[in-house]
Order: sequence, then structure tokens, then C-alpha cells
Amino acid sequence: MTTSDYRNEPEIAISGPPTEARDSDVVLEVDNLTVTFPTEDGLVKAVRGVSYQVRRGEALGIVGESGSGKSVTSLAVMGLLPKTARITGSARVLGEEVIGLDDAALSKIRGKRISMIFQDPLTSLNPVYTVGYQLAEAVLVHNDVSKQAAEKRAVELLEIVGIPYPEQRVHAYPHELSGGMRQRVVIAIAMANDPDVIIADEPTTALDVTVQAQVLSALETARKETGAALVLITHDLGVIAGHVDRVNVMYAGKLVESGSVDEIFYRPQMPYTLGLLGSLPRMDEARGARLTPILGTPPSLVNLPPGCPFAPRCPIAKPQCREEEPALLPINESGHSTACHFSAELEGAKPGDLFKPIAVDADALSELEEQS
Amino acid sequence: MLVYSVRRLLLVIPILLAASMFVFLLVDLSGDPIAELIFQAEATGEPLSQEAIEGLEKRLYYDRSIPERYWLWLTGLGPNNGDIGLLQGKFGPTVRGTAFDIGGEISSRLWTTLRLVGFATILSIVLGIITGVISAIRQYSKLDHTITFFGFLALSMPVFWFGVLIKEVGITINNLLGFRLFATVGSQSTVREGFTAWDTFVDIMGHLALPTITLSLLGYAVFSRFQRASMLEVLNSDYIRLARAKGLRNRVVMRKHALRTALIPVLTLVTLSIAGSVDGAVLTETVFQWQGLGRYFVDRLKDADTFAVMGFLMLSGTMVVIANLVADLLYAVLDPRIRYD
Amino acid sequence: MTDTTTPLDQDGRPPLPDAEAITTKERSQLQLVTRRFFRHKLAVGSLFVLLLVFAFAFIGPELWKWDHTLHREIPPSQPPSLAHPFGTTSAGHDVMGMVMRGTQQSLKVALTVSLMTAAIAALVGSIAGLLGRWIDGALMRLVDIILVVPPLALVAAVAGNVRGGSTWYAVALILGFFTWPVYSRIIRGMVLSLREQEFIEAARAMGASNVRIILRHLLPNTTGQLIVTATIVAATAILAEAGLSFLQLGIQPPDTSLGLQVQNAMSAMKTRPWLFYPPGIMILIIALTINFIGDGLRDALDPRQTMVRR
Repeated sequence: MTTSDYRNEPEIAISGPPTEARDSDVVLEVDNLTVTFPTEDGLVKAVRGVSYQVRRGEALGIVGESGSGKSVTSLAVMGLLPKTARITGSARVLGEEVIGLDDAALSKIRGKRISMIFQDPLTSLNPVYTVGYQLAEAVLVHNDVSKQAAEKRAVELLEIVGIPYPEQRVHAYPHELSGGMRQRVVIAIAMANDPDVIIADEPTTALDVTVQAQVLSALETARKETGAALVLITHDLGVIAGHVDRVNVMYAGKLVESGSVDEIFYRPQMPYTLGLLGSLPRMDEARGARLTPILGTPPSLVNLPPGCPFAPRCPIAKPQCREEEPALLPINESGHSTACHFSAELEGAKPGDLFKPIAVDADALSELEEQS
Repeated sequence: MLVYSVRRLLLVIPILLAASMFVFLLVDLSGDPIAELIFQAEATGEPLSQEAIEGLEKRLYYDRSIPERYWLWLTGLGPNNGDIGLLQGKFGPTVRGTAFDIGGEISSRLWTTLRLVGFATILSIVLGIITGVISAIRQYSKLDHTITFFGFLALSMPVFWFGVLIKEVGITINNLLGFRLFATVGSQSTVREGFTAWDTFVDIMGHLALPTITLSLLGYAVFSRFQRASMLEVLNSDYIRLARAKGLRNRVVMRKHALRTALIPVLTLVTLSIAGSVDGAVLTETVFQWQGLGRYFVDRLKDADTFAVMGFLMLSGTMVVIANLVADLLYAVLDPRIRYD
Repeated sequence: MTDTTTPLDQDGRPPLPDAEAITTKERSQLQLVTRRFFRHKLAVGSLFVLLLVFAFAFIGPELWKWDHTLHREIPPSQPPSLAHPFGTTSAGHDVMGMVMRGTQQSLKVALTVSLMTAAIAALVGSIAGLLGRWIDGALMRLVDIILVVPPLALVAAVAGNVRGGSTWYAVALILGFFTWPVYSRIIRGMVLSLREQEFIEAARAMGASNVRIILRHLLPNTTGQLIVTATIVAATAILAEAGLSFLQLGIQPPDTSLGLQVQNAMSAMKTRPWLFYPPGIMILIIALTINFIGDGLRDALDPRQTMVRR
């Protein structure tokens, strides 16, 4: 792009396509998305038909174990999957289909309408350019402004995400900054063009616990500044609870439960969600409460057997579960949906009702109690 | 950066000194010019007299111990005939007699060899980087497989055999064209009367083409493989993904982020490639009958001409060390992580 | 593992609900490596060709009636025929007999140099990496110094000076002596990172000696790299030996080697091409097949390099 001497006018007008029949409030819409990777052992079905919507300014959390397909879904939306990936279904950003777009068209959307923050801040920045350069680059690619203006904007952005001495840090190389600082730079890059959606893929997983809170608050600031919707991908239920409005739970490449934060945390009606909650230490529970793990491992995504993928680990699995995979169906009017044949039976269930503390553990504990 | 450069520069001196000691010891221990001369004289049927041998020993400084001879060779300090002392620019006496001067011979041939090594190195780097990058971007495509296969072929090709082959190809092309496009013998025409500057240039290039191709083969193979690997590693890195997530066009990402970063590790190879090119030059000059340093080295070696051999080894060693230094400094300029100030 | 009925185990307890859905087979490290290697078609093909070359070089001379030496009953300068498939020289050598001998010499040199280099590199690299401090400093400076001078020139300077002609093992020993430095650096780098890992600390905490740590813990972890090193070195050694012989600084007559045969055939390339092509092509085939096998091994031992699927 050419640099001209136009003053840096912050672009506020979001020129979405004219609203027709569709809900104009939806900024990101994923519809029956599937992603498969050919490997030496066969096709890995990483994502098996995922649909969800994100509304303007809304924060959506996606939780699941590693390998559940939560990152792959968002990389597919960004068009960042390797060429070998086979994608079907649809993903629309502000009503525009992005699956199958060519590089030129995708480049106009990436960073501008939808931006992404990756897991490892240590490797997310190019080691040979200053952070200021990498920030200015993001500004310049979507705005016809001068280099000076872009650099000024870079300093502003660093200040917004809470980096001290931004005028100096703008000249620093990534290796001169700590992990938390680098992640804040990545957040600054993500918010540089006031996107409509920011996807944060485990933004705090690689960081120290003490730094996580700072990075999350930088993310909140970025959202406030841009008014962007947030898709927060994580396996950390604690992070989800405080930062999102709605939660999608993923297992084996599918959504298995979807609802508001309260519904998911206090009224879950799918065994896997219950299991996740049961393995999470909670401050609001009695001291003696035991953690209940989900036994076993997630299934291989090559040659999935028929039926519910969670059935092998599910304490309430019945023969039906091994034959027929349940669909994600609404269970009330507010949009709480589950994918379980026996959701209705789980109303009001607690993790402890389904899952038990490990037997060995209990034995050891009772032995200890006898001794004392 | 300045501190780093100076420190790096100072490090060259002890390395070269130690290398000179090491090489001197090896060459001195493995070959004895006096014994070789006696042997040659006996072969002609006129054995050398005891006096003649003593005279030779005195002239070649073989009348003293190895440490003394090394010291004299390096510094030229102590009683001598004024023809020895590397630090004073004197390479020492040759077995062929006082009429010959090693320093003069080496410097007259230096340019010839530098020309060959320089052109071949540049050709191999440029070709290697281009094909390596293409290979990486089109990983596992037909093109990638073809490039990789040719890389392996180049890597496994005996330089001298390929040289002879390509020489024949050159002659065949000349015959087909009806005029001499490629010269296959020597580095320049022997008769150059009435040559304009342009004629000389064309003449030199005509002589240079085939040897350069021959010599660049091995370096090309190494560079292209390394560049491919380095590029692939960068292409799979998170910061490339972030650069694309910013909305940069693919070719901008390739140029500014991938290529720029992937070139850095390739730099370290340049030094190794200089050493390899000097090795290759010895073979290439033999095939194309160039009167360069490489050929000089082989000829002198066969006479066990210790000081001449040492001169060549030290000169090529210095070239390698300087290339190393340049690569290191360039590395520090290009990669901000290396700058220690 | 494809069983989906979750039977009770011997003790009558239901087994842990393990991932019954995992249908891919469990494989040992060696099986994985072999499997990956055998998928590299060029490497497998190369292995086959190289075995043929070995048979040609070592079994061939037993079966073929002519060796590499001069025989008065061989007609001079004959083009290839049934009696002499590769033709004959002007002096009266059978070219096939000579190529067999030369190939044998090349392979012997390559094997010796590659084993020697791998052994020295492993030893120096692990000692320098593990012991650190001045030992590391001294060894690595030695490496720096050896690397200053172009290796082939250095080898030539030593080998060419050996009086009365070199034999294959002299050439191999000299080559081996100058090849290890680069690879010892690589091994040292690996050891430096291994050294920081917990299992070495654990071994130390249990009172294992340095020798034991090197032999039982460090070297097994560098095996992959060492195998790859050995193949790369074998290929370069073939080319180096041929180059030396071509300069008449390697194996000397009356013995023969492929490089020497190319040297002698240089001027006769047009008139008697059968003298020129067989030794050169043989060098190329050996080096090429070893390089392909090395590539296959590297892919198989270090699958990270080929993460993206074929």
C-alpha cells in the first residue's frame, strides 16, 4: 500500500454490508463447520459440524480439552489452517462468507473485521523486528496513513494495553520484553484496527498465574476501546467465568453444551460439563468437597465409533448412547442447548452425583484417617 | 555493536596463531623436503653429496628444530637469509631454489582463484536461496520433489568428474555454434595481443563459465537444502500466523517476515561454503588446467615443498576466518537477539 | 484395542474406562522408525541399490575372473564386450575388475571414516558438553582451529606427503581425523540441552559417575543424530577419497581407486568413454544412495521435520 500524508483519522464507521433478512447484530456466524486433516492413520475429524453465533459486543467462551477442536474451529474462521486441511460448512463475518475466500479477500477481513490472539506470546512476534514496527505494520495494512502516524498510533496502542513507557518500548525487540508484555503487544496488534471480533486462543495458558490477570485485564480494555465481540478459547473454566456472557463446551470436535455462564456453571445438563466442573476446585464450596475427575482419555478423532463420543467415559451411558450420537438441542427458551440423550434426567444434578473421587485416592484417605 | 565487533575481531588473532601452529606441525611432520630432494636426485642417478645436502638443509632451515623453524617461519626473527617470516610478508624458501619466490607466485595466482571461488560462491548462494525458498513454499509439490532430487544429485556429484563432463559439453556446444563460446583450458587466453578491455572481459568470462558451474554445484546443494529447511521452520512459526492474522497479503508475509528471518541462519553456512569452495577449487583448477592457487598447492605438495604448502594453507585459512568474521558481524546486524552490548 | 465390550479383567474388576475408541495400533519406537523409513520410497530403493553395490564390490571379485591388475592376455583398448563388459584399458586392464576394486576401496574408506567420525564426535561432544568448564573450552577451541583450514586441503597436505604411496586405511584414518570437528559441535549442542533435563540430574542424584552418565544416558539420546551423521560422513568421505585419488594424493598405484581411474581416463573421454563413465557413475551412485538413505533415516528418526503430511 502507498503511504500518503493523510492525518491519522481513527476509522469508526463500520461499513458492514446492508442488513437484509439476517440478524444485523450477528458479527460472526459459524454454521455446520467441519475440518478434517488427512494423516498417515486416516482422516482426523478435528471439527465435526459446529454452529454458533456471536453478537455485537458479546463475549463467548469456548471450553474443552486439548484436541477437542476449539482452536481448529477459530483458525478455520481466520483462514489460517494449513493447505492440507479440508473445510466444509460456512463461517460468516458481518454476513460475508469467509470459507473459501482467496488470499486477497481474506487479507481485507483479517485484522480489520476479525483479529486473533495466539497462545504463546514468546513465539507470536517476529524476533527480528521491533514491536513498534510490527504494530505499525498492522495499522498501515488497513489504513492509508503515513508511517509517522502509524508509529504514533503504535505508541497509543501500547499505552492502552498498559505497557509502561510506551514511547521507549515501541523501539524494543520482542526478546527484550517479558511474556506478559509480549502478550499485551499481541493484544494491541489485535485491536489496532477496531475489529468487530477478537478471537483469543488460550491467551493466558503459557503465562505465569500472576501475569494472567494483567493480560486478561488488558484484553478487557481492548474490548472496551473497540467494542469488539470476544471469542475466548480456553480450557480454564476459571478464566471463562469472569470474562464471558455465554459458554460453548466442546468435546471431540462438537459442541456438547451451550448456554449462558450461569446455565453452564450452575445448571449444566450434560455429563461432560458436569465432569469438567467436578474437577475444578471451587472457593464457594465446602472445604471437605472432593474433586471428581473424569476417568479415561478423549477418543481418537480417527475412526470415531458410532454413538456419543463421550459414552466410553460417561457414568450414565446406556446402550442407546453407543448407537446414536445425540444432536445439540435446545432445552429451554433462553438458548441453553445440550447434546445428550438424557439431559432431562440431569436437571439439578451435581458433579458428585455422577462422578466419584478416584477409588485409590479414597482408600489412601481412609487409611490416613484410621491412623490419625 | 562496536564492542562486539572489536571483541570478535580480536578473537581472530589467537585462532589464526593457533591454526598456524597446528598446520605447521602437521605439514612439517608429514613431509620432509630434504628427503624428497635426495630421493629425486637418486632417481636421476646422481645422488646428492653430503655437502649438497647440508647446503640444502641450511637454505631450507632444516638445520634446526621444529619449534625454532616455526618461530622463524612465523616471525622472521633470528639469523636467516631474509626470505622468511610470514608476519613480514615473506613465505620462506622453496625447494626449487633461490630463483623462485613463493610470495610472488602466490600473489600472482591469488586473483585467479579468488575470481573462481567468488563467482561460484555467489552463484551457489543465489541459486540455492531461490530454489530453497520455492521448494519450501511449494512443499511436497512436484516442483519441490524435482528441486530436492537435483539437490541430492548435486550433493552426491564428484566435482572433478562433473567438471570433465561439462567440459565436453562445452566443447560440443562450441562445435555446434561454430565459434568458441566456452573456453575449456586455462583461466585466460595465453595470447592476448590487441585485446581491448572488453575483449579481455569477454575472454575471462568465457573461461570462467564452466569452472564456475562446476564449483558452485556442491555449494548450491547445501544452500538449497538448508534454505528450504530454514524457510519451512519459519513458515510453520507462530509469528508468520500472526502476520497473516494482521491482514498482510501472503507475498508480503513471505518477503518481510518469512524470507527475512529465514535468511539469517543460512549466513552461518557461508563460511563453511568458502572452505568447501577452496577445496573444490583445487579440483576444478586441476580439471580446467587453471594456473590458480589450488593447482599451485597440488604441484608444490608433490615436491613436499613445505613452505609453499604452508603458504597456501595459511592463506585459505585466513580467508575462511575473515569470511567467518564477516558472517558473524552480519549475523549481529540482522538478528537483534545476538547483539551483546 | 478395537474391542468395545469392556470385559472384566483377571481380578474381576471392570477396567478403567480407557479410550476404547482409539483404533490406531500401539507401536514401539523401533517399529515407528522402520515404518517411517520404509515409506520413504527413494531411501528404500537406495538401500536396495547400495546392497547391490556392496555385492558388486565384495562378492564380485570372487566371481569375476579378472582383478584390477595388469594381465598380458587382456587385449588392450577394447570397447565393452561380453568378455569385458566395461571394456579394457590401453595397457591391458579389465575395467570391470578395476571398478570392482575401486568400489571396494571407496566403501571401505567410507565405512571406516563414518564409524570413526561418529565415535570421535560422540566422545568429544559428550565430554565437552557434560563436563563443561575448561575441558569444554579447550576441546571447542581445538575444533575451531581444525576448522580454520579447508578440510580437503588439510587432508591432502598430510596424505600427499605420506611417502611411497598411501593405502586405503591411511587415507581413511587421515580423513577421519579431520572430519569429526563439525559433528562433535552438533553432539555437544545436543548434550548441552540434554544435560539440563531432569533425568540427568536424577542419575547424578543417584550417584552415577560421569562415565556412566555419558554411556547410559547421553549417548543413547544422541543415537538418532549419530546415525544421520554417520551416513552424511560416509557420503562426503566417498567424494573426498575420490577427489584425493583424482589429485593423485590418495590411494596410489599399483592399487586403484575410482578417483584415480577418472584421472587416468580424463584425456580419453571422447575416444574411449568406457574408461571414463563407469568409475564416475559408480562414485555418484554410492554417494547418492547413501545420501538418500541418510535422508530417509533423518525423516524416520526426527519426524518433527516432516510434520506436514505428505
